[in-house]
Amino acid sequence: MPKFEYAPAPESTSVVDLETSYGLFINGEFVDGHGESFKSISPSSEEVLAEVSEATDADVDAAVKAARTAYTRVWSRMSGADRGKYLYRIARILQERAREFAVLESLDNGKPIKESRDVDIPLAAAHFFYNAGWADKLEYASLGANPRPHGVVGQVIPWNFPLLMLSWKIAPALATGNTVVLKPAETTPLTALLFAEVCQQADLPPGVVNIVTGAGATGQAIVDHPGIDKLAFTGSTGVGKMIARSIAGTRKKATLELGGKAANIVFDDAPIDQAVEGIVNGIFFNQGHVCCAGSRLLVQESVADEVTRRLKRRIGTLRVGDPLDKNTDIGAINSRAQLDRIIALTEAGESEGAERWDNGCELPSSGFWFRPTVFTGVTQTHRIAQEEIFGPVLSVLTFRTPQEAVAKANNTPYGLSAGIWTEKGSRILWMADQLKAGVVWANTFNKFDPTSPFGGYKESGYGREGGRHGLEPYVRTGA
Amino acid sequence: MARLDVKKTYKLYIGGKFPRSESGRSYEVYAAAKGKAQKGTFLANAAQGSRKDARDAVVAARAALPGWAGATAYNRGQVLYRVAEVMESRRPQLVQEVRDAEGLTAAAANSVVSQAIDRWVWYAGWSDKFVQVLGGLNPVAGPYFNISAAEPTGVVAVLAPQESSLLGLVSVIAPVIVSGNTCVVVTSAERPLPAITLAECLATSDVPGGVVNIITGRAAEIAPWLASHRDVNAIDLSGAAGADGVDWGALEEASADNLKRVLRPAGTGTAAVEPDWTDTPDLSRLQAFLETKTVWHPKGR
Repeated sequence: MPKFEYAPAPESTSVVDLETSYGLFINGEFVDGHGESFKSISPSSEEVLAEVSEATDADVDAAVKAARTAYTRVWSRMSGADRGKYLYRIARILQERAREFAVLESLDNGKPIKESRDVDIPLAAAHFFYNAGWADKLEYASLGANPRPHGVVGQVIPWNFPLLMLSWKIAPALATGNTVVLKPAETTPLTALLFAEVCQQADLPPGVVNIVTGAGATGQAIVDHPGIDKLAFTGSTGVGKMIARSIAGTRKKATLELGGKAANIVFDDAPIDQAVEGIVNGIFFNQGHVCCAGSRLLVQESVADEVTRRLKRRIGTLRVGDPLDKNTDIGAINSRAQLDRIIALTEAGESEGAERWDNGCELPSSGFWFRPTVFTGVTQTHRIAQEEIFGPVLSVLTFRTPQEAVAKANNTPYGLSAGIWTEKGSRILWMADQLKAGVVWANTFNKFDPTSPFGGYKESGYGREGGRHGLEPYVRTGA
Repeated sequence: MARLDVKKTYKLYIGGKFPRSESGRSYEVYAAAKGKAQKGTFLANAAQGSRKDARDAVVAARAALPGWAGATAYNRGQVLYRVAEVMESRRPQLVQEVRDAEGLTAAAANSVVSQAIDRWVWYAGWSDKFVQVLGGLNPVAGPYFNISAAEPTGVVAVLAPQESSLLGLVSVIAPVIVSGNTCVVVTSAERPLPAITLAECLATSDVPGGVVNIITGRAAEIAPWLASHRDVNAIDLSGAAGADGVDWGALEEASADNLKRVLRPAGTGTAAVEPDWTDTPDLSRLQAFLETKTVWHPKGR
């Protein structure tokens, strides 16, 4: 039979109009920062996309002051209905400019266009649309007596879902009446800066949303600023702990969405083909740069060989390459640093005795890439079974009984998500009860929705984002 | 000739048993001073809990967790209600101990005991309701069944209030255990005796051993080990207010090692104040020690 190759199907970049350099978005305007500038590159080509300012302590201070003024003079006095209308406007503009955002996200982050186009950007708009409706209904949200905003919220977001994480943070904060100083990740600042333009187009009052770019020092300046009432952070558990220490003994509140090492548990009665799709989606979605990625496959011993065989065959068909090609399944690793971490952990996997396999596909000559990789023969103590790799690397372990699956799944300091694959309903519900994880996907994986709370147990952080629960961290209640 | 009464030895409450401190130490507990007296009358030698006692208590609390968290909500509600019943039957003793500890009049102490009993009743009623009130179906945009429900966070360390020896104590324990958490409680240092009598009520109320563990002694000595303990999931710092030598900020910082959920003491800035426990409670203390779990499943024919 002839083999039909895919022809290239690149999405045009003409929809994106990038400046050569960007300032900080403070008090409704782009202003020059006082720090050095740094370059945001495309991880698939290593080409410079734009220069971006590193916000200094003084810049962060200016942003916090702008947010405070906007809070006291405008946003906290505005009716909930009007706040909601601004959020609806933002949701609509995101929908109108969706393709532009999707292309820019894939350029800056390296994720496949089919994901930025079909997941990141539509969900980002949906979060604004969902939270918009809450703005004048907070009294009905079972948040406690007299729900009211904290004031100025500092938000620090990661590089894996840049615009989507921005929307998870900004939409509920604004709906509840807070104003915001947000720092996007240093490797993916561009959609946040484009979002600043959306705020301008929506005539959002100046200072309600402030975007400061930079790296760890800028984030620390936000965390430490005395004018910040509440923090929301998504990122590594290590940084999350530093933030928790930084605010200890103060009255600053925090929501922390941190790392994970999710178990995706496949029982012998599972629909194997569906499970294989779920396993692939669980670990290779977004190059595995997902805190809730199903990075540990726990498969029942009696079907382990069959599942592994079918899984490898399926992984053999995954297309790794140009993020802007509409047929691409796996894009570029976000940065050199992240690629180095993935390489180091996979080398540890080999040296500790696990068996390594990848699909052997060709990789582009420039940019940061990693083949979809599977380790079999993994044991509980291996680093690749314990540490978050945050890349397209799956560790396969086996179990015999449901109790053993639960014990292995919970044997981690993390507790963000888990997957269960079985046709037996009572077993799904029993397993879901036992698993120490904030999100449990049964016979599916990596599903997200603005109405659905997301967040972890244990060292995966605290607080929930999304849904009614996602409003709670943004309000004070009581007398 | 008057009969010589039999005095009680006040010990710790760990894993459903009443051991002495492993450290072998005890300390003198006096009644609240009256009038011009520098010191009240001698009441008892309370066990002075240690780091090892705290660790033993954490082990007991962890062991009790699956059974208690896995009990039906109806069952937990009945057990908490039973605590109120048993306290009612011990009212004269509790009133006397609260009078001694807090220097209250008989009428005031009676009122405090009444409120403490009623607080168990209030929280008992929440056991099979808070999950409904705080969770439910999420209308996701797709063919999925999606539901969020609250669960207990696990083992909770509790610094009990220093001033309010019974009402405050009940007000911090009940919201922790009603949802299925288990706890290790460090009592008021100066006023520990009502806590041990409460332990006797718990032990005779079908509260499984290990669900509530009570350590008398000094929070400044014991709390740092609980704050840094890797097998403790959350910590309530309410009792830091007025606790000699306790820096709640340092305890919160130590709690970050495994990202414990921290309930800060009332107050503003670095100051910690003990709240008025006679205020009607709300759900905030209960919610502080919950996790939300969201489960997805596809729909299809």
